[in-house]
Amino acid sequence: MTNEPGTTSPESPSAAASADVAERRSPLDAVHRAAGASFTDFAGWQMPVRYSSDLAEHHAVRNSAGLFDLSHMGEIVLIGPQSAAALDHALAGKLSAIEIGQAKYSLLLADDGGIIDDLVVYRTGDDRYMVVANASNAAVVADELRTRAAGFDTIVQDESDDIALIALQGPDARAVLLETPGFGVDGPGNDEEDFDAKLEALKYYRAFPATFEGEPVLVARTGYTGEDGFELYLAPERATRLWEALSETGGPRVTPCGLASRDTLRLEAGMPLYGHELSRDILPVQAGLGRVVALAKPDDFVGRTAVEQGPAADAPVLVGLAAEGRRAARADYEVFDGADADATRVGVITSGALSPTLGHPIAMALVAPGLAEPGRELFVDVRGTRIAASVVPLPFYKRTA
Amino acid sequence: MTDQTALHYTEEHEWIALDGDVATIGITDYAAEKLGDVVFVELPGAGTTVTEGTVVGEIESTKSVGELFAPVSGEVVEANQAVVDSPELVNSDPFGEGWLIKVNASSLPKFLTHDEYRALVGE
Repeated sequence: MTNEPGTTSPESPSAAASADVAERRSPLDAVHRAAGASFTDFAGWQMPVRYSSDLAEHHAVRNSAGLFDLSHMGEIVLIGPQSAAALDHALAGKLSAIEIGQAKYSLLLADDGGIIDDLVVYRTGDDRYMVVANASNAAVVADELRTRAAGFDTIVQDESDDIALIALQGPDARAVLLETPGFGVDGPGNDEEDFDAKLEALKYYRAFPATFEGEPVLVARTGYTGEDGFELYLAPERATRLWEALSETGGPRVTPCGLASRDTLRLEAGMPLYGHELSRDILPVQAGLGRVVALAKPDDFVGRTAVEQGPAADAPVLVGLAAEGRRAARADYEVFDGADADATRVGVITSGALSPTLGHPIAMALVAPGLAEPGRELFVDVRGTRIAASVVPLPFYKRTA
Repeated sequence: MTDQTALHYTEEHEWIALDGDVATIGITDYAAEKLGDVVFVELPGAGTTVTEGTVVGEIESTKSVGELFAPVSGEVVEANQAVVDSPELVNSDPFGEGWLIKVNASSLPKFLTHDEYRALVGE
């Protein structure tokens, strides 16, 4: 029995390219090893792929709560009076328009409009932002931001090594966070009641600075699972204490989750993964991210001209596919317009799995633009067998509460 | 409880239990662990002739696809319907209820011993 190349782990293609880079370990590495995690190489990091069962971890996030170590992700901080203007120039979105404490999903585009990375940007002050990048792209994003911000009065610092990230995701996440002792807020008072009030008032895609056992933590209501949840940014040396406190408080409600379940969760939620749905060869509109590009903003920004021109008329577009049975289409499998041998190849799968929540195969694919309307039947070559699949709207899964 | 030291092994992470000419074949705990949760198994039906070293089935997990190689040549006498219906048996009991196929072997190649296999996977 052997594993088919390229299907064994959820990371982007850049993981293989970075195999010669020194292996990096999370500040939570010892915790994961003690918990019996299996590890995978992800962009040069040794990260937990699962602790026990991918499916159990997936269901835990949908039904109660899951705890993820995302310390491999990159955090690049901009500080200075022109940070907002610098980001308006550097990124596709209008970051000057967000309030302090607000987060925004954005894109770093190349001159030709291709996607260098997708990002979550937090405005942490009038003159400061934190840009969260994919692990595989963190160094590139930091370099690009430095170059693009050169003419602005701002300092760009790659703080990836100094910031750990723990995500608590799922319908019980909020209750567990409220119950966990040790949280406070900065300033006078600094007690649990103040923290609880702020957390209860926190809206989706908002964040506030708090403390955990006296040390700073940024509490954000963001995530990548399709559930309500929180992402907690803090110093690496504090990460183990926070992880343990959330685990102890949550008890059976909180399951440690690896990157395998994170991948199936985000796929069900229709969220793109860099290196799969997004790449330098894709314009935002092809991936359904046209709304992320703020063409209305007055300033020039990198990639603007290319985005305004748009992709070629025959450029593929991202669709959702749903199939029956249990055989899943997987990344790089080819999509055809018919079941017969003489059918035309019309696209390629970017991600796919047997959906743990829905019980049938789901996939995202880049297909010819004329074939993207929901209901269209396409065929995926699954290792020599053509499997029928229907184009469906994204996301596949949407939480009800 | 299967005595794993009495089984034969291959470099493809399969185990073989011999009873006369009939080889019962499955994948090892190491392979099951590497795959993750198995959600789909495709096996050759009874009566199928299989050739040693060729792909005769598939074992899919949420994250990856494993191929089942025939470790012997011969005729399939039984495929484990229980594991087709409940693929998670491959994870929960890889050396027992998670067996995959039985082959009436026409010849037997040289297999790895338990010690040799454990050395291969670094245990």
